[in-house]
Amino acid sequence: MFNIISLISGLLFGFGLALSGMVSPGKVVGFLDLTGNWDPSLAFVMGGGVLVTVITFRFILKRSVPYFGSEFKLPTKTDLDKRLVTGAVIFGLGWGLGGLCPGPALSSLAYGNPKIFVFVGAMVAGIVIAKLLTGGFKKTA
Amino acid sequence: MENFTPYSSLIGGIILGVAATLLLMAGRIAGISGILSSLIPPQTGDALWRVLFIAGLIIGAAVYPLVGGDMAFLNVNPYQLSDNAHYVLLVIAGLLVGGGTYVGAGCTSGHGICGLGRLSLRSLTAVLIFMAVAVVTVFIMRIVVGG
Repeated sequence: MFNIISLISGLLFGFGLALSGMVSPGKVVGFLDLTGNWDPSLAFVMGGGVLVTVITFRFILKRSVPYFGSEFKLPTKTDLDKRLVTGAVIFGLGWGLGGLCPGPALSSLAYGNPKIFVFVGAMVAGIVIAKLLTGGFKKTA
Repeated sequence: MENFTPYSSLIGGIILGVAATLLLMAGRIAGISGILSSLIPPQTGDALWRVLFIAGLIIGAAVYPLVGGDMAFLNVNPYQLSDNAHYVLLVIAGLLVGGGTYVGAGCTSGHGICGLGRLSLRSLTAVLIFMAVAVVTVFIMRIVVGG
């Protein structure tokens, strides 16, 4: 059941990213282009998503076990460390340059554009390099 | 503002929230960068749900135009670069997005949709920083490439 829920969640997520316009780097850059021909659409994506999660997450997280599966696996860190800030800066830079973040990049593989395959390949390489530099491969999940 | 799509973006965003809700009901955070990076390399017993989620992402996006969704807005090359220059830019951007989301433990979905939903201060901080940096990056790119 747990795996089926994950597949359904992924299906919805991919569809939502396409409908919302997030899969278009032009739309993303248009949103980030505050001083140019600004397109505020993507604020509605984040707004719509958080509107739902801020309500539903409260109820779900009151439970000691999830509805499907045996345990919650949630982030445990609460402090604002240098690593969080550094990562966010690096990601922001890449997001502004390419107009793609991980979800839309993976979803757009559906449309068969070779440029997206190159981006996703580079993104995977970026994860591997970051793991090598930070000792991420030694950690046991 | 001629490209403004408030309704489809809002409904799309709500669907993202519903998808994240469903995955949290299974005990997991719908953070795409984390779902991907923990597959490198795949861990026994923890890989299948991640692979299925990513397969779902691709199939879900593929379904959208098949059910009549308009893809006219799709613009992969917003700075209108030559193909060669665009490939170079995408490699750099991909490396930064992959590395940055791994180091910063989240992206637009994990820190944005999910982290803000959990009222996480770390996620709020990350979202404000990556948004601000991305806005400055686009501003500089507009000056560099002109247009």
